This record gives sequence, structure tokens and C-alpha cells, in this order.
Amino acid sequence: MCTVCGCGDAKVEHDHAHAHDHEHPHTHPHGHEHHEHHEHHHYGTGLAGVHVPGLSQGRILQIEQDILGANNAVAERNRTLLAAKGIFALNLVSSPGSGKTTLLCRTVAALKDKFPLAVIEGDQQTSFDADRIRATGVPALQINTGKGCHLDASMIESALPRLAPEDDSVLFVENVGNLVCPAAFDLGEAYKVAILSVAEGEDKPLKYPDMFHAAGMMVLNKIDLLPYVDFDVARCIDFARRVNPDIVVLQLSARTGAGFDEWLAWIVEGRRRAAALRARPDHG
Amino acid sequence: MHEMSLTEGVVRILEDQAAQHGFARVKTVWLEIGELSTVVPDSMEFCFAAVAKGSPITADARLEIIRVPGQAWCLDCARNVAVTSRADLCPDCGGGKLAITGGEEMRVKELEVE
Repeated sequence: MCTVCGCGDAKVEHDHAHAHDHEHPHTHPHGHEHHEHHEHHHYGTGLAGVHVPGLSQGRILQIEQDILGANNAVAERNRTLLAAKGIFALNLVSSPGSGKTTLLCRTVAALKDKFPLAVIEGDQQTSFDADRIRATGVPALQINTGKGCHLDASMIESALPRLAPEDDSVLFVENVGNLVCPAAFDLGEAYKVAILSVAEGEDKPLKYPDMFHAAGMMVLNKIDLLPYVDFDVARCIDFARRVNPDIVVLQLSARTGAGFDEWLAWIVEGRRRAAALRARPDHG
Repeated sequence: MHEMSLTEGVVRILEDQAAQHGFARVKTVWLEIGELSTVVPDSMEFCFAAVAKGSPITADARLEIIRVPGQAWCLDCARNVAVTSRADLCPDCGGGKLAITGGEEMRVKELEVE
């Protein structure tokens, strides 16, 4: 028994097999570090805090599992399902009041006669947003998260069969208004689109870097208000690029429609590609 | 407060591991939480105290959080530098061309079980 770590008796389990037959002196030539002597590993509850092998010290399990692993696995299932149906899915994230729903209403009104659309609305309470979307004639499903601050992949997985979006459609998921938590949860979307209104602070990308890092696109909304607010667009874009050099930036007003052509063209192109990949999956 | 659902994820992982490896309870769980991850350790500890009680496997478990420092590769300096946020500039050259190389972890590293 090794008196340094008790490795002769304490069981160490791995997901991979390896022979634990090292010679003393205490070297561990194998390529991982389960026996690093973290002081917190082995102080245990034995007498005088010493590790006494054989006397009911717990065994140590090395598991190295991603905390978000379960969510990510469901998100991948969603992504596979959406790809098989040629659906272009966007996850719209922002703080409350950035104009997400207004943006979405104007977007579905402009696109609904071109190809099929579907919307999943996430809010803590009420179906106001889904009602607003349904009023445009586009199918919408409301998910109320209750106390939850974000949508997760399994909520989308259970919503998809109920909403049944058509092949080659565009699916918009409007996340709970929150610039923090939705950043961590992949839903299986093609892109996260972070919407920031110019009535907010231009420093939001630095204040909430995780979200702008996770987003493929930043939409600067309410640009019709620029003459009335102190919002430095160039600075804001600089900040966003600092946390995410690849982020695509669009400027528009969901109220007046300024800048909307580019936004719609981007969606049309994303949807065209998703549909083309469904038709020829081995060329993906 | 997504730490609550992340913590529920941790407890689920522990329950799965208990079924897989046949142990009755977790004495200690070590999490690796990167400085640049979306987790606030204090908040996770708070949530764990509440969530762990809900399962006999984790009811008495102690949570140990191992902080992993943020690290980024500065393209201009061509070396790794320490960062504490994605918004940081290079502490040496002041440049912004940084690619994060460490500190994004959110992992259940290991367990002491019996």
C-alpha cells in the first residue's frame, strides 16, 4: 500500500481501463492526474485526519463530467432533428424590453407568405407573446418557465412535436428576457441572436460578455431613437467584437422597418442553406 | 439564477453515477469551475445546500469548488496571459486580440463516495 495516497486500497474508478501497478517510489507515469495530492483529497474523516486504507474511507471516483453535458446532449438531438427537417432555428436572446417580440412580429409578417414559420415563446408567465405571434397567423407555442430564468434544450425537445414545424421552415425561439442565463444553454439552434436596443447602455457587451460571446449575431434595435439617446454605436460594436471577434452586427428599427431588408435577407439565406442541406445531407 | 438548474444537473450526474457504480452516498464532490464560465461559485454553493437535500445520495455531501483561472493566448505577444473576464485586454500589451485557452470549465471532477 502506498503510504502517500493509500492507492493500494482506495478504489479509483475510471471510465477507461488502466492497470494500477506502479512501482514505488511514488511516480505516476500514466497520463492523467487522478493521484495528484490535492490536499483536499484524502484528509477524510479518519482519526487525526489520516487516511487509513481499509477503514471505510470513501472511494474516489474520477468522473470529469461536464455539468451542462445532459443539456448539450439534448441540444444535439434537437439540432439533428432540425437539420433532418431542413429547419433554420434562431434563438433570440436579450434583456427584457429590447424589442424582441416587436422584431419578431414584424419579421414573421414580412416572411410568412414566403415560406413556413413557427415560433416558440419563452416567458416566466403569460401567453401574451404567443398571442401576439398567433395574431399574425403563424403557429406559436408558449413555454412558461415559471420561476425559471432561461429555456433549456429539453423544453425545446418537448415543444417540437407539439408545434410540429414544417420541413424547410424557419423556427424562431424567443428566449426569456435575460442577458445572463440563456447564454449557457444550447437549445440546438443554428445561431443565438442577441438583441440590444439603443435605449440600453452601449457597454452591455462588456457587462454581459458571456451572452455576446455565445451569440453569432448582435442586432442593434430601435435605431430610430439614436438622435434622442447617448448611445455610441461604434463603441458598442467595438465592445461586442472584443468579446466575440466573429460577431455579425446588424442595425435596425423593428418599429420603422429601417435596416430590415438586411435582416430578412440574412434569414432567407440561412433558411435556404438549411433546406439545401436537408435535400443533400451527405454534402453537409 | 441559472446556478439552480446547473446544480440540479450536478445532483442528477451524482445520481446517475450512484446507479452506475453502486454507491449509496456521496461524501464530497469536487467541481471545477472556470473563472470565465457563467457560474458564480457562491451562488452554486447556496443552491447546492438546498438541492442536495432532496436526494438521499447527496443529502450529506460536501461541495468543494476548484477555481480554474482564466487564461488567454495573446496573438500579438504570442504567449498565454492571465485574464479574469472575456472583456479583458492583454495585461502586457493592452491589445484585444485574445483567444481564451482556459477557465471555461464547468465540470464535476471527482467524487468521494461510500
